Amino acid sequence: MTPTLQAILTFLQNWWVEITCGVVIVAVVPLIAGYVVLVERKLMADMQARLGPMRVGPHGLLQPIADAVKLLLKEDIIPDNADKLIFWLAPVISMVAAMTSMGAIAFGPTFQVARDINVGILFVIGVSSLGLLGIILGGWASNSHYSIIGAIRSTAQLVSYETAAGFAIVSALLLAGTLKIRAIVEAQQQSGVWFIFLAPIAFFIYLVASIAETNRAPFDLPEAESELVAGYMTEYSGFRWSLYFLGEYANMIVVGSVATTLFLGGWLRPFPNVHWLDWLDIVPPLMIAAAGVYCVYRAGKQPAPVQTWFMWAVALACFAVAAIFAVPLFVAPLKFVVPGLHGAFWFLLKVSGYIYVFMWLRFTLPRYRFDQLMHLGWYILIPLAIVNVLAVGVAMILEAEFGWNHWLAAAVTSLVTLGIAAFLVNLHDKRTAAASSPAASVTDPYAG
Amino acid sequence: MLASIVFYFFAGMAVASAALMVTRRNAVHSAVLLVTTLLATAGIFLQLRAEFIFIAQIILYVGGIMVLFIFVIMLVRFDVALQHIRFRLQRWVALFVALALGVEITIVLLFARRLPGQGLLIEEPASADKLPPNTEELARSLFSSYLLPFEIVSVLLLVAMVGAVVMAKKRINDQ
Repeated sequence: MTPTLQAILTFLQNWWVEITCGVVIVAVVPLIAGYVVLVERKLMADMQARLGPMRVGPHGLLQPIADAVKLLLKEDIIPDNADKLIFWLAPVISMVAAMTSMGAIAFGPTFQVARDINVGILFVIGVSSLGLLGIILGGWASNSHYSIIGAIRSTAQLVSYETAAGFAIVSALLLAGTLKIRAIVEAQQQSGVWFIFLAPIAFFIYLVASIAETNRAPFDLPEAESELVAGYMTEYSGFRWSLYFLGEYANMIVVGSVATTLFLGGWLRPFPNVHWLDWLDIVPPLMIAAAGVYCVYRAGKQPAPVQTWFMWAVALACFAVAAIFAVPLFVAPLKFVVPGLHGAFWFLLKVSGYIYVFMWLRFTLPRYRFDQLMHLGWYILIPLAIVNVLAVGVAMILEAEFGWNHWLAAAVTSLVTLGIAAFLVNLHDKRTAAASSPAASVTDPYAG
Repeated sequence: MLASIVFYFFAGMAVASAALMVTRRNAVHSAVLLVTTLLATAGIFLQLRAEFIFIAQIILYVGGIMVLFIFVIMLVRFDVALQHIRFRLQRWVALFVALALGVEITIVLLFARRLPGQGLLIEEPASADKLPPNTEELARSLFSSYLLPFEIVSVLLLVAMVGAVVMAKKRINDQ
């Protein structure tokens, strides 16, 4: 055996878990993104009292696959006056940034690529913010007015809201006392409370800022289709366009994971330390089995036999997965897989909940105007986030030095922060009232 | 073996893209190459187990400063601007600075190994897992031994920020 081969084998032996996790992420995220799109379309249809995609597969279940094939086969158009190299590079930057930042996220106590990285949470937000470069460069390289306006809006929006998101993250990090992703979740296990209850305002700020950072409605100004055609993506088509799309949905999963890790207890099940609630461990297999039962129920109502068989296959797959979740609970030698498997389930459930809120807001709220967006970011969210960091610090001192109950400390400081927020909103209202009087009106280059 | 492969990969990338950056005509291409240089340098920081500096480099320089650079470049028609702004002495100043830096680096690298305990290069560095966690160490020294310089720098940044706001305000009021 040659020494080179030996070296490669030792390398694989040391790193096979990380490599496998990385390959799984790269392979599975596009599929998940496709199905998130399907879920989004179905939810939108439901909220607008229609059916959504129904043709491809039963209930449109194969729609994402058909879409992917369509995007792959579409003609790839590059505008004549585009900067070819950067036009080619930009969507790749967007997607690679989102995928790379997933490497440090702990999708469960065992499923994580960059295991012991000391600055985990900073790595995730730092690398995912690089996706912005892809958006700006794509907008510039397209050599089109719509694209460049979209890119400029995107930059201004992201730079403004990243500050607020950063301060919201700092509040949670103060409570956790570490930057390591796994240690943050373990800190929540030790204190027995998810940090959303100790820093609710920080969570709210992060929620709003993360919607703005992923360019989604009501903050989807960079691609506002009624004003800018498709913003920075106007000139993109086919597979390059789908890379941007993939990057956007991967980014949603990233911000959902960051929020889950920091505020919603990561992979912990609800009430992780309360032992008489241990029966909650049976919930994951039950939920998956319930999905299977629903598929069986719908199978009988399909119009064509092939669709009935397909539904039966989906149902059987659900039952198999439910069995995989359930068996280790009752078979003692397999107990060691329970934390990893169920942790991943709870984590993904919380991330799905977060993304559901994103979609819900998208279908509910109209788009902001650009000056409203900037006012919300700079006049309200950033001051509020700074005050909230101070408030969380004060709450921690009250708890540690004066022996307050942490619920009481969190409630008092949150109320103080809310009071300051009300004051800020009031001030802002007065200012806008003054500004809208004709004498003081200033041309705002960003408006409209 | 692996360590030197990784190092030469990052170092080569940094030097090559820096060289390309100064020779490109197109300002946006230069900006992209500068991003590559900064990322490669960040990789070298990571290899030196300075995780916090690695991520600070990415968040501040690549995610913040470079984004603003590109933002400004996009708004300026650089084909027009080039005609107006041509500082004639630039070439000579640049040459002088480059020479001075080169001589400085050569001296430091030459003498580092000759004076034990005073050089930049440590003969036998401690193994990585025995080093204290970088983030905590950095915070401790920033907020204890280097507290005064740290505070001075933060005041300086505040002054710069307030100055920028004042200048922007004046422009709006003039209109």
